[in-house]
Amino acid sequence: MHKGNTQYLVLAVVTILIVVAGAVFGFKPITQHINLGLDLQGGIHAVLEAVDSPEAPATPEAVKGALGVIRNRVDQLGLKEPIIQLEGNNRIIVQLAGVQDPEEAVRLIGKTAMLEFKNPQGETVLLGKDLKDAQAALNQSGEAEVHLAFNAQGAETFGKITTQYVGQPIGIFLDGNLLTNPRVETPILNGEAVIHGGYQSLEEAENDAILLRSGSLPVKLEMIEKRTVGPVLGEESLHKSYQAGLIGIVAILIFMIGYYRLPGILADFSLVLYGLLVLGILAFFGATLTLPGIAGFILSIGMAVDANIIIYERVKEELRSGKTLMSAIDAGFSRAFWTIFDSNLTTLIGAGVLWYFGSGPIKGFAVTLGIGILCSMFTAITFTRFLLRSIGRSRLITNLKLYGA
Amino acid sequence: MKQKGSNKGNGKKITSVSTEEQNLQGFSNAEVIKDQPALKSERAINFAGRRKIWYLISLIFIIPGIISLAVQGLNLGIDFTGGSLLHIKVASQTVDSSQVLTAVESFGLEKAPVVQSSEQQEFIIRTEELSQERVDGLVVSLQEKLGAIEVLRHENVGAVFGKELAQKAFLALGIASLLMLLYITVRFEFKFGVAAVLALLHDILVVVGIFSIFQIEVDGSFVAAVLTILGYSINDTIVIFDRIRENSRNYPKWDVLHLVNRSLTQTLARSINTVLTVVFCLVALLVFGGTTIKVFTLALLIGVSFGCYSSICVASPLWIEMVLMGKAGARKISTNIR
Repeated sequence: MHKGNTQYLVLAVVTILIVVAGAVFGFKPITQHINLGLDLQGGIHAVLEAVDSPEAPATPEAVKGALGVIRNRVDQLGLKEPIIQLEGNNRIIVQLAGVQDPEEAVRLIGKTAMLEFKNPQGETVLLGKDLKDAQAALNQSGEAEVHLAFNAQGAETFGKITTQYVGQPIGIFLDGNLLTNPRVETPILNGEAVIHGGYQSLEEAENDAILLRSGSLPVKLEMIEKRTVGPVLGEESLHKSYQAGLIGIVAILIFMIGYYRLPGILADFSLVLYGLLVLGILAFFGATLTLPGIAGFILSIGMAVDANIIIYERVKEELRSGKTLMSAIDAGFSRAFWTIFDSNLTTLIGAGVLWYFGSGPIKGFAVTLGIGILCSMFTAITFTRFLLRSIGRSRLITNLKLYGA
Repeated sequence: MKQKGSNKGNGKKITSVSTEEQNLQGFSNAEVIKDQPALKSERAINFAGRRKIWYLISLIFIIPGIISLAVQGLNLGIDFTGGSLLHIKVASQTVDSSQVLTAVESFGLEKAPVVQSSEQQEFIIRTEELSQERVDGLVVSLQEKLGAIEVLRHENVGAVFGKELAQKAFLALGIASLLMLLYITVRFEFKFGVAAVLALLHDILVVVGIFSIFQIEVDGSFVAAVLTILGYSINDTIVIFDRIRENSRNYPKWDVLHLVNRSLTQTLARSINTVLTVVFCLVALLVFGGTTIKVFTLALLIGVSFGCYSSICVASPLWIEMVLMGKAGARKISTNIR
């Protein structure tokens, strides 16, 4: 008997120690791997809408081109994981975190594309508007190349340039950045040129063709939403909400022990595990933690506590009805399970709808809330139960008052 | 070690220390304690009988809110109306918001700007929608008048975009309510679903009403807060309904009022404790969390508190009304309790 008792206790203690060690040593590395949203490290959230105009209609093709142009610009900034994506047919969402000067970056993104051809001396000799079309294709030998077609005026100018600079490179610049630097082989007088060699794949050539096309006929983009957060405010928000979260969590931990005694302590350990799980999942899936996301996390801690509270209140009732400790624990858990399941699933529906309709930070909030709900169900049902049963089985603590009866 | 354990648990008359007997003591402990809390567990606070009072309290909160909504509406932020928001930090410590306002006004805008001080040396300026060039100009002109300033945050939202946000919010609210109603109908019954969703709309109406009465500016995060309240309030209600469902299975003879009273009393500790833990966190966020999420946290705090109230005092009473309406013997039961 003695052996059995100690075994359960040792198991419980070891598990608790693992969780505590995980919290002490794992917290920092985990949190460092979580992507911070732009509201927490400073950055830009911008939504651009393509405006239809007779010269540059906002076709899906043109918008895709504009997206390529923006990506090209953003790449020059050398940021970590910029998000540039299409929304619907005519909108582009740009999210850049960790920008030192957000206002400057916005100006860069929003400006109209400029395509220039420059001679070896670096002088602009031809402008994008004279380029009629650019298409990627494979030639007979299967090599990827880009076909350029100029309008009448462009053809004339290009003819002159290529005659003058045979054997020399002509730089093609988009927004001042070198796109490609092909060497002129022969004078091109008919306004149809081919850039070949150097393309590894059709895709690569396609990429350049898109950029060239959008540089020749840039679709006008209007910034319909723009939010910039300076790095100072971002850091301040992160610091403050971290502090607030800590205070709130400590208050919960103390409350749980004060009200639920022994199971309260166990619940506190499950909450620590819960916190680690949520943060770990966020880090693992590369989710972005936003300011509302932190609020969602803190709120979901409340829900995790709720799951524990439901269980303990249930166990308490079972004890009061005269059940033994072990059977009260088992009955309490099995009855609490469906309560927790139903209540959390309805909240999950809410989080799902929020995720579907929300954008930006709101989406981040919904993700954190959703992960939080799932983790809270998991820890309450498995971990809390395991600890409570182990302690119960060890028969070391039999005063039912300590279980809240 | 064993001895210590049992000594600690020596609230009653345990003297023996052998494990076998300890276990038995565990049994007898329960028996001893049973008398006292047995009464407690059979106790039922008369929530259901006072449901007219609860309705009145709810109406006291809701009606002024509805009137306010009709008369002055919500104080919509730029997320809804479109416009620019400039959150600046002024280097000088002597600048106050009236100086900032004068400086902004002298820049020459079509609509009157609003200036609000947020924290020390920090101001939030709201204007009509401004192009990037205009904003740059405004910053330069502010710097001329107020000394060095730092732009902490700048938001510019188009009017079309704001309209979309409001539409999306209503759509999300409708779809979430419908899905929840569906889920509850499947897992419980239709009447529970209706009562839960009505209680949820009650909470949202209270929050929106309070924000309208005090004209607190609402932004995009308010939408997220409202939708979170929706998720939270329903969670709270379901736990109670789950107990009603269970009790009605175990004690089919209980009349509906007693059934609800007993269920509410049994879940009361949980209802209060849960909302308390969430309130701890929200108050901490409200006090220490910084300006940018104040509105969000405040909305949640109000919503969660009323969510707890409505689960007990709105959802269950509404369910009673529906059950009574549906029953042939409705009159008899209601006159019994009054």
